Amino acid sequence: MRHTLSVLVENKHGVLTRVAGMFSRRGYNIDSLTVGVTEDPTISRMTIVVRGDDEVLEQVTKQLNKLIDVIRVTDLKSEETVERELALFKVSSDVSNRSEIMQIADIFRARIIDVAPRSVIIEVTGDESKIDAIEQLLRPFGIREMVRTGKVALRRGAKGVSS
Amino acid sequence: MKESTGKMTGARALIECLYREGVDTIFGYPGGVLLPIYDALYDSDIRHVLVRHEQAAAHAAEGYARATGKTGVCIATSGPGATNLVTGIANAYMDSIPMVAFTGQVPSSLIGNDAFQEANITGITMPITKHNYLVQDAKELPRIIKEAFHIASTGRPGPVLVDLPKDITTEEIEFYYPDKVELRGYNPTYRGNLQQIKKAAAEIKKSENPVIYAGGGVISSDAAGELKELAEKIQAPVTTTLTGMGGFPGNHSLFIGMPGMHGSKYANYAIQESDLIIAVGVRFDDRVTGKLKSFAANAKIIHIDIDPAEISKNVKVDIPIVGDAKGILTNLLKYAEKSQSEEWLKKIEYWKKQYPLHYIEPATCDGIKPQYIIEQIKEACEDAIIVTEVGQHQMWAAQYFRYKEPRTFISSGGLGTMGYGFPASIGAKLGKPDKVVFDVSGDGSFQMNSQELATVVQENIPVIIAIFNNGYLGMVRQWQELFFDRRYSSTCIQDSVDFVKLAEAYGALGLRATKRDEVRPAIEEAIASGRPTVIDFVVECEENVSPMVPAGAAINEILDLERKE
Repeated sequence: MRHTLSVLVENKHGVLTRVAGMFSRRGYNIDSLTVGVTEDPTISRMTIVVRGDDEVLEQVTKQLNKLIDVIRVTDLKSEETVERELALFKVSSDVSNRSEIMQIADIFRARIIDVAPRSVIIEVTGDESKIDAIEQLLRPFGIREMVRTGKVALRRGAKGVSS
Repeated sequence: MKESTGKMTGARALIECLYREGVDTIFGYPGGVLLPIYDALYDSDIRHVLVRHEQAAAHAAEGYARATGKTGVCIATSGPGATNLVTGIANAYMDSIPMVAFTGQVPSSLIGNDAFQEANITGITMPITKHNYLVQDAKELPRIIKEAFHIASTGRPGPVLVDLPKDITTEEIEFYYPDKVELRGYNPTYRGNLQQIKKAAAEIKKSENPVIYAGGGVISSDAAGELKELAEKIQAPVTTTLTGMGGFPGNHSLFIGMPGMHGSKYANYAIQESDLIIAVGVRFDDRVTGKLKSFAANAKIIHIDIDPAEISKNVKVDIPIVGDAKGILTNLLKYAEKSQSEEWLKKIEYWKKQYPLHYIEPATCDGIKPQYIIEQIKEACEDAIIVTEVGQHQMWAAQYFRYKEPRTFISSGGLGTMGYGFPASIGAKLGKPDKVVFDVSGDGSFQMNSQELATVVQENIPVIIAIFNNGYLGMVRQWQELFFDRRYSSTCIQDSVDFVKLAEAYGALGLRATKRDEVRPAIEEAIASGRPTVIDFVVECEENVSPMVPAGAAINEILDLERKE
């Protein structure tokens, strides 16, 4: 079972290490972790995807809350959350198949952001399954490099995790 | 924010903060980057105890904290000084002891350059501190120190480290000391939920076989009085963990001793057959629970703890009550009624008679049984503070002394740190100078920090080190005897040192007892001397700690190991 945690933390040096260190020390596995500043520059938001049953989730949440720099931990339920990930794919491509790749990009509302004689770079955002799907379609052309940001997530509606 | 009290250096500001936090004693060891601080200390009224190894500074600060309930303070220089504190900090973390550790750091401009005597101590201590700080701006220093003392001593107590780059201590700042602390991510829960407390009371009333299982949290929340009242009111037997010793009177008829690996049989049987465990300030350590699956299998569990992360961490809890033990017990007392424990208490009395803690006295007075020494220390000085190292002697001290008051038994519970007791006894004696303080020690453990004899002699701190000298690393030897076919691999340390001469070399008093009738006179002489004293008790070398639950077994699968003469 995967859980998406939204963790508001003090925007201070070393906080990421404290959070990541808690996971490794206690043997919990992070699937993905993203971090960036929020609308309040003194607060950063981490979106952490963690794998485990409800007991693991409970312990992770409590242990995170014990960290002095952690302000709030929220378990984001998928039905009430919008989730996105950004991925960049560098795909082998020449004149012969460029238009085919561009078509695929179009279908996924992805963008070509670099074109070179033998490669293109495609930018795509979406939920995990959409990115998995475009990856499957691009693979036959030859993916030279790829990078995914990991998930970011916000609760739907006016209510935020801090309210 | 209070008004400025003028310009001063960071080092002076540190001393000023310590004054305001009520610190009277700190334990430490100087070094290059600490020179500004030591120079400021030179003019202050704070007593600085110069240890001979930084590890001892951390342990001494902890012993001071445990004996007094105040926050212990230690200081070490950058790099190796700081890393030498690590064991003591980890020990304080495992046993939830309030401590603030200051470390010197290389100047800000050199941080990250692998400068001389640089170590990333905030990185190193992240997993073993409640929180830590690298001070990056001298103006922040007073606020950080205020926060450090607040964090260390509130909620679930623990160690906090403050790393001080040298330039921070020399820079001049306008000194403001904040009145209060504002940490939006730190709001410990003190008041237990009333509904939960009422639920607990209802369970207690129904219960036929209740057991109170109390730990170090009772000591740190100063809840021993409330615990005793509750036990008497609901008529439940009480077992206290190693760190909870003294949290309930050891001579009380409801006391059933320590649970777990070297617990009394009757405590372990009581837990296993109970229908309700009232756990107060404990964390269900594996040395207590044994095999988790079979721990108190038929009992409902009420868990009172200030740290929500302890709830259902190891054992599934039915009624959690998060908050401070003292307040919760006070509230619970209002609602709790007597349990249905008449038959149960009779059964416990029967177990107590059937399976008492005991050892077999040798036929002649030639050999000394270690348990006998504990009993003699108790008879000679019942209100002494007993500090221990780690090993067999520690378990005997836990089993045979019967502590009546909180803060009279000080021992490394969670980390199990050999070398802890002697420096911790220094802290305890300075915190409670009117008490007789014994370090109950093994010959192995004592050698891990015996250099502190120089400290106690120079500073005239009259602690008594009672070495239970069996020529072995006794507990490990016991395991080798039981589980490794007596193959005593690297556990024999016989004839390695003459402890009397060692004591004398440092200028301490050295005494030796090799026969039973020499035990009491040696204890009396040590107490009367008023000097730092080492007593070398030459004890029976293959005596075992009994009873014992083998690692991984259920706690009622308990073995008697006493040796027949």
